[in-house]
Amino acid sequence: MRVSLFATCLVDMFAPEVGVSAVRLLRRLGCDVDFPSGQTCCGQPAWNSGHRAEAEKMAACTVRAFAGSEYVVAPSGSCAGMIRGVYPTLFADEPELQAEARALASRTYELSEFLVHVMQVDLRTLGARFPATVAYHTSCHMTRELGVREEPLALLDQIEGLERRELERADLCCGFGGTFSVKMPEVAVAMADDKLADAAATGAEYLVGADLACLMHLEGRLRRLGGSMRVLHLAQLLDQATRPAQGAVR
Amino acid sequence: MSGLRDRVRAELQQTAKRSAVAASTRGEHLAKERAWRELAAEGRLQALRDQARDVKNQALAHHEEYLRQFVAQVERRGGRVHFASTGEAAVAQVLAIIREAGACRIVKAKSMVSEEIGLTPALEAAGLETLETDLGEFIVQLAGQAPSHITGPAIHLSAKQIAGIFCEKLGEEVPPDPEALAALARRMLRDKFLTADVGITGANFGVAETGSILLVTNEGNADLATALPPVMIVVMGIEKLVPDWAALEPLLTLLPRTATGQRMTVYVTAITGPRQPGEVDGPEELHVVLLDNGRSRLLGTKYQDVLRCLRCGACLDACPVFRQVGGHGYGSVYSGPIGATLTPLLKGAAADELLDLCSVCGACTENCPVQIPLHRLILEQRADRAAGRPGPADQGPWHTAGQAAAAGAATGRFSPAGGAFGAVRQVSLAERWLFRLWAWAWSDPRRYRAVARLVALLARPFSRDGHLTWFPGPLAEWGRERDFPAPALRPFHERWSELEQEEGAAHEG
Repeated sequence: MRVSLFATCLVDMFAPEVGVSAVRLLRRLGCDVDFPSGQTCCGQPAWNSGHRAEAEKMAACTVRAFAGSEYVVAPSGSCAGMIRGVYPTLFADEPELQAEARALASRTYELSEFLVHVMQVDLRTLGARFPATVAYHTSCHMTRELGVREEPLALLDQIEGLERRELERADLCCGFGGTFSVKMPEVAVAMADDKLADAAATGAEYLVGADLACLMHLEGRLRRLGGSMRVLHLAQLLDQATRPAQGAVR
Repeated sequence: MSGLRDRVRAELQQTAKRSAVAASTRGEHLAKERAWRELAAEGRLQALRDQARDVKNQALAHHEEYLRQFVAQVERRGGRVHFASTGEAAVAQVLAIIREAGACRIVKAKSMVSEEIGLTPALEAAGLETLETDLGEFIVQLAGQAPSHITGPAIHLSAKQIAGIFCEKLGEEVPPDPEALAALARRMLRDKFLTADVGITGANFGVAETGSILLVTNEGNADLATALPPVMIVVMGIEKLVPDWAALEPLLTLLPRTATGQRMTVYVTAITGPRQPGEVDGPEELHVVLLDNGRSRLLGTKYQDVLRCLRCGACLDACPVFRQVGGHGYGSVYSGPIGATLTPLLKGAAADELLDLCSVCGACTENCPVQIPLHRLILEQRADRAAGRPGPADQGPWHTAGQAAAAGAATGRFSPAGGAFGAVRQVSLAERWLFRLWAWAWSDPRRYRAVARLVALLARPFSRDGHLTWFPGPLAEWGRERDFPAPALRPFHERWSELEQEEGAAHEG
C-alpha cells in the first residue's frame, strides 16, 4: 500500500521524531511510505482565526503537494480534520483546484484511523508490547470533526503490557485551540491545568495523544508545574511498542 | 481586547467561584448526558433533534406568516400586542403599560429577554418595586449581581454565600442548606405574589396557531406570576414562535432533558389570552411585547441558525471555557458559546472580542438540542472580522427589504431598529500582517523550508533542554506560564533522505 506522509508543520519543525516514528511504524506494517516534498502546513491556524484567504493559499499548496498520492496519512487529527472538513468547501472560484481538494479530502486519514479502517491492523499479531500505564487524551477536532474516537483506544488495547487509564472528563478541551492559546493564555492554561490534574489522577506514567498541538500545550504546562508524567505522541508509542527489539524506551 | 482579557483574568483569580461554576456545570452536563442516553437507547435522540431543528427552521422560514397569525390569535382572545424594535422601545412600552394600569408592585418570572433589555434595573430606576421570583434570580437580585448562567443565575454562589446574602439583606438567619434557603425565599415571595399588580414573564415558546404563550419552569413562580396579578406582561423575542402545538412535541421533549436532565419540568404553563368569561384565574389584562432588537436582521443570513436557540444552557455546561471563566467573565447577558456567538450578531463590532473566548473545540455544537453549529458560527464571524466585513448588526437598520418585511414591518407595526451602526469589525494590524506574511512564506515549500531553517538557527542561542528560554512576538503570551519546544535543528524534511535509506532494513517482518 502506497502512503504519503503529511508530517504537518508542527511535527516537521518541533517534533520530527514523531514523523520518524510514523514512517517506521507504517513501513513495519507493510506500507510503502513517501514524503512529498511540496508539503508545508494545512492552513488551519489561519482558518480558525478567520484569515480565510491566507488559509486558502496554504491549502492550495497542500492540495498540489499531494496531487499524486494514493493515501495521505497525518499524525494529527486536527490537520486531517482540516483537510477532510474544510478543504471541500474551499476554492469556489477555481473548479479544478476544488475538485482536487475534494479528492484529497477523500483519501486523507489520521494515522490511527488509517491503521484501523484501511489497514485493519491487529497489533497483537505483531507482538506489540509496551509495559506501562497510559492515559489517552482525546483531541477535540479528531473526535468531533473527524469522528475518530475509538480507533486510538482500540490500538492501545491491542498492546501487551499496556494498561490504559481513562481520563475523567475526557470530553473537555485541553485549552490549546490555535490562536486561542495566545489570545486567551490565562484561560488556556487554566484548561490545561484541569486536563493535567485529571491525567495525574489516573496515576498513569504516560499521557498520550494523537495531536501534537495539544501535546505541546500540555507538556509545556507540565514542565512548568513539574511532575513525573511523560507526554508521548501516539505514533511514538505505537512505534516503540512494535519495534522488533520490543519494550518501552524509558 | 483588553477589557475582556482583564475581566477573564479577574474571574480566574476567584477560586471559590470557579469551583462552584465548574461543579454546577459539570453536574448539569452529566445530567443532560444521562437524559440523552436514555433517548438514544430508545432510538429517538437524533430524530428528535432533527425534528426540533426542522420545526424551528420552519418557523423562521415563514416568520412573517406565523407572526401575523400569532398576533391575530392573541388579539382575538382579548390580549394586546406591542412591537418593540429595540430594547429601549420594549422597556418604554412595558413602563407605559404599568403606568396606564396605575401599578407599582411588580413580580417577575425569570426571562433572558428581560435581562437582554435591562428591564428590571429600568423599572427599579423608575421607582417601581420589581421582584425577581425565580430563586436564582431572587438571590442575585438581592446580592446586586448579574446572573451568571442562562438557566442557573446563581450557580456561581455557594449555599453558604447565599445564606450570608439572605442574612444581610433579609435579616434572617438561615442554615446554608438548599432546602432551608428555598423555604425562606418561598415565604418571602408568597406575600409579594398576592399583592402584586403586575406579573412580567418571558416566553419559552409562542404558538402561532392559538396565540398561546408557553412557560417552562420548575419552581411554579411563573405560574403564580401569571395567575395572581391582574395585569400580565409577556416580553418575548420574535424568534420564539412555533407554528402549532404539534411542533412543541420535540421541543418540549428535548428542552428539559437538555437543560437540567429532567424528563419534564415541574411546570409547563400555557397562557392563551387573558381571563375569559367563566374562567377562575388568570390576568384580567394580557400584554405581549414582541421584541426584535437585532433578531430580524439575522433572518435569511448565514447566521439565521442561531435564532433556533431555546436558551437551555447546555452549551454553557459543556463549554470548557465557560467552566473556567463563568458567565461573568463574558461581561454580556448571554454568556458561554451562545453568548459568544449571539452577542456580536445582535450588538455588532463592539462585542467582537467575545469571538476570541472560544477554543473551537465544538462541544457546544455537539450538545445543542436544536443543532446550532455554534462553533462554526463563531469561525464565520471571525472570518467576517478578519476580512473587515460588517456583521448583520453593523449594516444599518435592515439590509434587505425582505428582512424588514419578515420582521413584521409587514404588519405595519415595527419601525426599523436603531443601534450602533457603522462600527468597523477588524483584527489588529499586527495580526493581519502576521497572517499575511506567514501565508506568503508557507504557501511555497522553498520559502517554508528557508523559514524553518532560519527560525531554528535564530532560536538556537535561546534554547535549553529542547525548549525556548525566550519568547518573541506572540509567543510571549504562551511563554509566561508554559514552555515551548525549540525548533528542531534538523526538521523532519531534512531527515527524510536518511529515512529513505532505512527502507531496505525497514521490512523486518
